[in-house]
Amino acid sequence: MTPVIRIENLSKLYRIDHAAPRRGGGYRTIREDLARLAAAPWRRLTRAWGARANPNSDTTDDFWALKDVSFDVEPGQVVGIVGRNGAGKSTLLKILSRITPPTSGTITINGRVGSLLEVGTGFHPELTGRENIFMNGSILGMSRVEIRAKFDEIVDFSGVETFLDTPVKRYSSGMQVRLAFAVAAHLEPEILVIDEVLAVGDASFQKRCLGKMDAVAKSGRTILFVSHNMAAVESLCSHGAVLSSGELVFHGDQRQAISHYMNGVEKGSAQGRYCLPDDERDAISDNDLRITEAVVTSSGEFQPGGYPIGAPLEFRVKCRASAPVYSPILGIGIDNSLGQRITTLDSKFDPKHLPPETISGEFEFICTVGGLGLVPGEYTVKLAAKANGMAAEVLENAFSFNVNSSDYFGNGRQPGQGVLVVSQHWKIAK
Amino acid sequence: MTTRQALVEPANVKLVRTDESGEVASAEPVIAQIMITPHRGWHLINFAELWRFRELLYFLTWRDVKIRYKQTLLGAAWAVLQPFMMMIVFTVFLGRMAHVSSGEFPYPVFAYAGLLPWMFFSTAIANAGQSVVGSERLITKIYFPRLAIPMSSVGAALVDFLIAFVVLLGMMLWYRIVPSWNLLMVPVLLALLTLAAVGVGTLLAALNVAYRDFRYVIPFLAQLWMFATPTVYMATADESSPASSQQIAAVDAENSADPQAAAHSRKSADEGAVPDDIQKLLNLNPLTGLIGGFRAATLGGEIGWKQLGYSTVGVVGLFLAGCLYFRRVEDSFADII
Repeated sequence: MTPVIRIENLSKLYRIDHAAPRRGGGYRTIREDLARLAAAPWRRLTRAWGARANPNSDTTDDFWALKDVSFDVEPGQVVGIVGRNGAGKSTLLKILSRITPPTSGTITINGRVGSLLEVGTGFHPELTGRENIFMNGSILGMSRVEIRAKFDEIVDFSGVETFLDTPVKRYSSGMQVRLAFAVAAHLEPEILVIDEVLAVGDASFQKRCLGKMDAVAKSGRTILFVSHNMAAVESLCSHGAVLSSGELVFHGDQRQAISHYMNGVEKGSAQGRYCLPDDERDAISDNDLRITEAVVTSSGEFQPGGYPIGAPLEFRVKCRASAPVYSPILGIGIDNSLGQRITTLDSKFDPKHLPPETISGEFEFICTVGGLGLVPGEYTVKLAAKANGMAAEVLENAFSFNVNSSDYFGNGRQPGQGVLVVSQHWKIAK
Repeated sequence: MTTRQALVEPANVKLVRTDESGEVASAEPVIAQIMITPHRGWHLINFAELWRFRELLYFLTWRDVKIRYKQTLLGAAWAVLQPFMMMIVFTVFLGRMAHVSSGEFPYPVFAYAGLLPWMFFSTAIANAGQSVVGSERLITKIYFPRLAIPMSSVGAALVDFLIAFVVLLGMMLWYRIVPSWNLLMVPVLLALLTLAAVGVGTLLAALNVAYRDFRYVIPFLAQLWMFATPTVYMATADESSPASSQQIAAVDAENSADPQAAAHSRKSADEGAVPDDIQKLLNLNPLTGLIGGFRAATLGGEIGWKQLGYSTVGVVGLFLAGCLYFRRVEDSFADII
């Protein structure tokens, strides 16, 4: 099947002008350009004679936003493009939307592209909601006939019917975003390119957006979707592409893409334990509580390779306080590979646990958790220790541990999608 | 960037092929293919694309017109007030005080007939010049032919012009001036004027994106240009006297036995006209022929065909220069705006 988008050796270069601050901003003036033009033949002449070029005059740096990116998108795929900030995702979408030209490389597109790089493009605050629907729709590429036909649907979806004839500048930001998305949601191009528009809006709006995007995806359109919301990427996308510093580092199944991206993110040791270096241990000052070691074990045994589903776990966190501290408290956060918080453990949650009045020297928090039915994957642990009523230390990514596939149900069946695996009892009644 | 398209039909159009027997062979949807490649060289206007986006052009113009008069007290009356007020000012200062000749026509209507097309041109280029920079959000977020932006500013100015034109007709009625057949030239002159406005407007719009100095150049340029064009004064004697009375005056002068009377009538016809050397300079201004011609066409004077000829050449040149330059640099708008 011919790919609906074929990207070949795409590169985009931006020149950073370091002289800009000196001249008062990155703006060019005619005076300078003419002066440079006049000076140019002289400069070339001196270079030809071997005179050394003044290093201060070459004040531009090259920044490659995209370097030699190539991949294909087949019809009907929903591709999630992930990467850190500055990796080149938005630049890629801009080039696909023909807003900015590539420096080299080509893209071949078979089909109409609808771009949603920002919600509310073309909205003018002085125009009413009704007028803006036409304005925005026309800018996004819909014809007048199309907009008129879908007008009622759009108004319905946005929920701003009573305010349709007031200028948009009087709308709340939520209403503006809902209206803008309502128009955009009714675009029907073959290829849809979306750039993190889900970052705006409240929870119900985001849910509605995701629902609409899901419907669009199921209708067979090709979607390119940039987002930092890994859960959305996992549920909506069929494929994933990971960009890092302008280069394509992975293209394939979306789950693998996500884990590839998350693995690239700086993490604590994935060895299953955390250790504070010796010199720092000795440097613990008065009134300071530091976490020196942390590990997760199962039935007292430490397994660096990971634990089976549902195994009982103990979290052992060693702390040291050089001077007596009172009421030591520990919080443990367990995040999955998508960055979602699965559960939070806290020494305050156990009604039978009473922290000692004061404690000093080395001591250990031991948290025992019964069968935690976590789905196989990699989990990151965050630790937060408090003492003397104040936060003492917070370790964002203290360490990671694996939960491995195992025969939880006893009949060889592997758990399906989700965050938890639970023991279940079934029967059929008539 | 160069965007070559294999087929221009929209994606939902089906082309049905028939084989020799006339049966419908297959119905395949024809998909528009687009290739995006790095920018190379000069290219002229992509009329096919502009036609496809014609509704957007309409909407942008409509939006510009609407927001101009939203929440104002006088609304569309402003379209008339501007040239009208200018006319009053010029009537007082140039007509009465400086006694600038307006030939056979009363000075107010003479001035108004010149100011009207001029205000259209200067509003069009001033708004077009700022339009691209003002549409920064659109340019960085969505694709459409960028030429539509300055064009919509010119379109909005055209709407204002049409409103004020009605007032001109009213004024002519008031002064009992009957238009001649030259009135038919008005659409032609208007088309040329629009072409000039688009040319200069797109050039300024493109230059303004890269060199922000142009924001200050535009009002200054407009002022200068207005005085360099025979807007409120005559360029040639012929232009402002009705053709019929000119012929009568010529015949009279010839038939008149009195050489003194003949010389006198010839002299009064020449009075108030611009000296010859300045005339030549004025001819370099492409708007001279257009504004002078417009005034003659509406009020009924003699159209300066020679000037009009120079103007047409100048206008076409401006249009091509403006659009070519705009098209060459439009790809980098999103990066430097």
